[in-house]
Amino acid sequence: MNAKRKDLLATIIIDVIVATVVGILVFLLAYILISGLPHVSWSFLTGSADSFSGAGGIGVQLFNSFYLLILTMLISIPISLGAGIYLAEYAKDNWRTRLIRSAIEVLSSLPSVVVGLFGFLLFVVKFKIGFSVISGAIALTFFNLPLLTRNIEESLSAVSRSQREAGLSLGLSKWKTEIGIILPVALPGIVTGVVLSAGRVFGEAAALIYTAGQSAPVTNFADWNPMDAASPLNPLRPAETLAVHIWKVNTEGLASNAAQLSAAASAVLIIAVLLFNLFARVLGNYLYRRVTASK
Amino acid sequence: MLKDYSFDQTAVQTFDDHVALALKTEDLQVYYGNNHAMHDANLAFPKNQITALIGASGSGKSTYLRSLNRMNDTIATVTGKIWYHGVDINQPDVNIYEIRRHIGMVFQRPNPFAKSIRENIIYALRATGIKDKKVLNQRVEQSLKGAALWDEVKDTLDKSALALSGGQQQRLCIARSIAMEPDVLLLDEPCSALDPISTVKVEETLLELQKKYTIIIVTHNMQQAARISSQCAFFHLGHVMEYAPTATMFSTPKIQVTQDYVSGSFG
Ligand SMILES: Nc1ncnc2c1ncn2[C@@H]1O[C@H](COP(=O)(O)OP(=O)(O)OP(=O)(O)O)[C@@H](O)[C@H]1O
Ligand SMILES: [Mg+2]
Repeated sequence: MNAKRKDLLATIIIDVIVATVVGILVFLLAYILISGLPHVSWSFLTGSADSFSGAGGIGVQLFNSFYLLILTMLISIPISLGAGIYLAEYAKDNWRTRLIRSAIEVLSSLPSVVVGLFGFLLFVVKFKIGFSVISGAIALTFFNLPLLTRNIEESLSAVSRSQREAGLSLGLSKWKTEIGIILPVALPGIVTGVVLSAGRVFGEAAALIYTAGQSAPVTNFADWNPMDAASPLNPLRPAETLAVHIWKVNTEGLASNAAQLSAAASAVLIIAVLLFNLFARVLGNYLYRRVTASK
Repeated sequence: MLKDYSFDQTAVQTFDDHVALALKTEDLQVYYGNNHAMHDANLAFPKNQITALIGASGSGKSTYLRSLNRMNDTIATVTGKIWYHGVDINQPDVNIYEIRRHIGMVFQRPNPFAKSIRENIIYALRATGIKDKKVLNQRVEQSLKGAALWDEVKDTLDKSALALSGGQQQRLCIARSIAMEPDVLLLDEPCSALDPISTVKVEETLLELQKKYTIIIVTHNMQQAARISSQCAFFHLGHVMEYAPTATMFSTPKIQVTQDYVSGSFG
């Protein structure tokens, strides 16, 4: 076989593999959307579910998912940004840094159920916070931190050394170089990573069942004072998310149309995650153009 | 194969007291771990002149140059003295950020920031506390004119610096350095990534800049050294072998290794 034919064969094999992967993905998406979307309506999106049977809308769950996501990101972005900058820029290559890196790796491979149970025992039971948005957010932070830290470290390290030297040679401090010159270049990559991890957090169920809880008390959407018990913003109230709701409706839902409910909720979840991905791209590109002043 | 030249015989010029010096090193040694990359460099750089550092690849030119503004701090051990305005700046308690504002550097590969042309120049200025828009704009114009880039970019100051050609980027890097109003400008093979026309532009820029700054330039190109420098130092395997006025160095080198290098029969 000559080189040209080998090349052709290899290309065909790769094409087939890619087509298979894309095919499976498209099939899954189409299946979920086709079986779910017909049952999605405005009242389904905004209505509240019957806490016992699970029948009804997913308005509260949808809100909970977003709220939990935002809280999680508020906690995990600053921490992982600090950790990522430290690892990329300041950490010396010694046993301590290697230990930190292995710890991060271990943390990132923890099954989310374990993270959930840990959160349950520590925050819900030991600290007596109870099933709450905040317990869920902290548990999700554990699960989110390693990936975000990794992503930030890698995005920063990918920026050329010569950029750092340029900054330092102008008398800028290391910190100023990192924040003002390296970070903007790395930002699109970081933002993409953040939004992708947001998609993961949004779809996470196992870690939340034991931390944010499985009940969605009806909240008063006219009350935005986070201190009030009935306020949707109260971080101490239990908050069943969309993903947990899907799991619950499927396992113990008593509603007659449980299958349709979960299909519809799944479709909504998938659409939300797809939107996150799209948003990640758009925002990443936009930021890159903004900070680099290119066009 | 390299011939075995003795390192005992060197010819390094010194200057009389009445010659104003911008920078001077005394017994400068650089070690990368166990690799002793620079031995006893004793060089003095007269003010407002261009000094060229020449020598084969790996002879330690960059190593020496980067030590002068303490850019080697994190990667090498540098001992010996670096005199600048009567102060030894190779001391642990010296403010290296301050030093680097006085001793600017331009690198081999153009490395503009991924920012607009204007931001490239004013970012570091702002960090020094200059906030006045008028002053900043003035500096942008002055430095771009100084680097002979103004006419080409004056209408696109807010466009990305990455869209410039390699030669323009390098002149922007020079502009960025001189915007800090340094005393000394260190350049490490600034033209090696450039085409001949851009090279001529950069050289003209440097010749103009020596009126205000002291320039130390590493170059592989001996014609370039001859064209622009007044003094010339020849490096060989981590030793400064000869240091003399450029014309003398090229016409009547004092030692064999320099002779072989400048005549091209090296090695
Ligand atoms: N970061 C580094 N770490 C370890 N050794 C280094 C480093 N940089 C340079 N060296 C060593 O120091 C010696 C001198 O290198 P240097 O880069 O100063 O040479 P140069 O004269 O600038 O060469 P060139 O003309 O190729 O740029 C070489 O032996 C090189 O291997
Ligand atoms: Mg070099």
